[in-house]
Amino acid sequence: MTDVYLPHPAKIIARTQESSTIFTLKTKFIDQKHHPVTFLPGQFNMLYLYGVGEVAISISSDGSDPSCLSHTIRAVGRVTKALQTLQPGDEVGIRGPYGQGWPLERARSKEIVIVTGGLGCAPTVSLINYILARRKQFGALKILQGVKHSDDFIFKKQYAKWQQNVDTEVYIAANLAGPHWPWGVGYVTDMIQTLALDPGRTIAMMCGPEMMMHAAIHALVNKGMQEESIYLSMERNMVCGIGHCGHCQYGDLFVCKDGPIFAYPTIKALFCEKGF
Amino acid sequence: MDNQNNHFLPHTQLQVLIDTLQASGYSCVGPQVRDGAIIYDVLTEATQLPWGIRDHQAPGEYRLEILDKKQAFAFANGPQAIKPILFKPSETVWKVARNSVGKLEFIPQAATETPVAILGARACDLAAMGIQDKVFLAKDKTDVRYKQRRESLFVVAVNCTYSSNNCFCVSAGTGPNILPPFDLVMTELDGGFVIKSGSERGLLILAALRLKLATNLQIQDAVEAVDVAAEMQTKRIPFDNKRELRDLLFANLNHARWDEVAERCLSCGNCTSVCPTCFCHSEIDKPSLDGTGSEHQREWDSCFTSGHSELGGKPIREETSQRYRQWLTHKVGSWFDQFGTSGCVGCGRCTTWCPVGIDITEELAAISGESNLWKKSHD
Repeated sequence: MTDVYLPHPAKIIARTQESSTIFTLKTKFIDQKHHPVTFLPGQFNMLYLYGVGEVAISISSDGSDPSCLSHTIRAVGRVTKALQTLQPGDEVGIRGPYGQGWPLERARSKEIVIVTGGLGCAPTVSLINYILARRKQFGALKILQGVKHSDDFIFKKQYAKWQQNVDTEVYIAANLAGPHWPWGVGYVTDMIQTLALDPGRTIAMMCGPEMMMHAAIHALVNKGMQEESIYLSMERNMVCGIGHCGHCQYGDLFVCKDGPIFAYPTIKALFCEKGF
Repeated sequence: MDNQNNHFLPHTQLQVLIDTLQASGYSCVGPQVRDGAIIYDVLTEATQLPWGIRDHQAPGEYRLEILDKKQAFAFANGPQAIKPILFKPSETVWKVARNSVGKLEFIPQAATETPVAILGARACDLAAMGIQDKVFLAKDKTDVRYKQRRESLFVVAVNCTYSSNNCFCVSAGTGPNILPPFDLVMTELDGGFVIKSGSERGLLILAALRLKLATNLQIQDAVEAVDVAAEMQTKRIPFDNKRELRDLLFANLNHARWDEVAERCLSCGNCTSVCPTCFCHSEIDKPSLDGTGSEHQREWDSCFTSGHSELGGKPIREETSQRYRQWLTHKVGSWFDQFGTSGCVGCGRCTTWCPVGIDITEELAAISGESNLWKKSHD
């Protein structure tokens, strides 16, 4: 019987510094048997750094290169701060993918609004690329990204590339904008208010700080969207990734295995309730 | 009751049972007095058992007293259940070797210890094991080391003939009568045990003991002895541990009692350590000093620590009231959604081993308005 806790060695083949604290590690499994990598947009892996420990990170690559996986990480905790010192050639351990991905089946032939804040954009990269690779299967795609400061804006090239696609709109706003900021100034909710959308035909997917998502849900519902058409990616302390360790519990849900993507009505009762 | 299967094991032959289990390849573990409490440890001699010892329990209180009658299982329970045998307080999950150029090799770890035969598991302990099975033996997500230990565990269950003041298994629906799975189950009388098997391997051990069948009188006495334990219980859990508790708690997330209990709660985590169903654990790495390898270990964690809910360097549950609420709303609330059962088995350990004597039944009574005491007809 295979041990579900056992990571697999992978080599870092590229490292990109996205902002002062955010970086992307592109990895390749040492053992070819893990190729092609299979995952659903929205799923995450447990990344292990030798002698330090594991951390749950969502997959930010799009699967177009079946031998590689990318994870975009913010150096904020014990493990992620140590991970940022890694360089190409270094090895890490990876196990996964875990969790429920974005509702791609439900989204087919619908218009899609993607609302993200800060690093919340990372778990939507594979989602956006998945949709764009199958452009005709989906309706209009509207991508909204909010950042606190314009310096926090990452994936600049990707957004520029996405914008070139047919029937694809990209809106970006910073609360605080530095010089030469070509995008908007304000909150994600400001962009939602001015967004043209057909509420009955639209599905919304969001990822970011909970208060931001809370405000965005209200803005979308005010525009006539149904709560069951709004999906969120939640974040909690995920230690094991498979519902054993108990840390990521959110009421009756384990964010690691029941999520991290949830339909809003599933989590509404406890959403933004302090202490859960 | 299947009377054909009931045999009588005289006290004088208890050693033969231990010897037979050992000869069958098991390491026997049984109750013993240690540091003023009854704990489970390796048992090779029947004389190590707590003969004539009984526990007196109350909220925040545990002491042993000496009885006139010489029985080995005259007590209710100690701080441990089966949990530490199957779900280790600390264990290595895997090891990783690193060579001079940083290449990693992950090395699986099997459970290497000798199979255990536990002597004296209680009804609440078995119910708790069944609940932990749902966590660690989940389909596609099986903990291989737990499974290995669980499958090799030989259970000699012993019915309770005494309940402590903190026991409420009757109301919790888990005891005191022991329900399968077990390999052997015994009920102690003066002079010995009525014993029967509950599995093929239990039957083999029982056959090897060459015991006489129990008399009808002995069988009747055994039934009555367990009834006495049930009758002794004074506490109950509101809603008798049913799903209504879940709805009640989630409808009262802002009840004043959470702040009130937080004034007393030390957030020490004792309740979660002694709880036979609490399964939270953290993972830590222990690298070797020479940099050639690291052990990835896991150890019990508690939702009463700040690290348990830490996210991005800050805890989700900063306040003790939030941590106590998390524990209780999970234990007898969301546990129903997750595993189809309450997470409470009525063993009373959380109440006994709480340094300030917080009583889980009393807290639930305060929130539900339902009494946590039985209204006995003879009161």
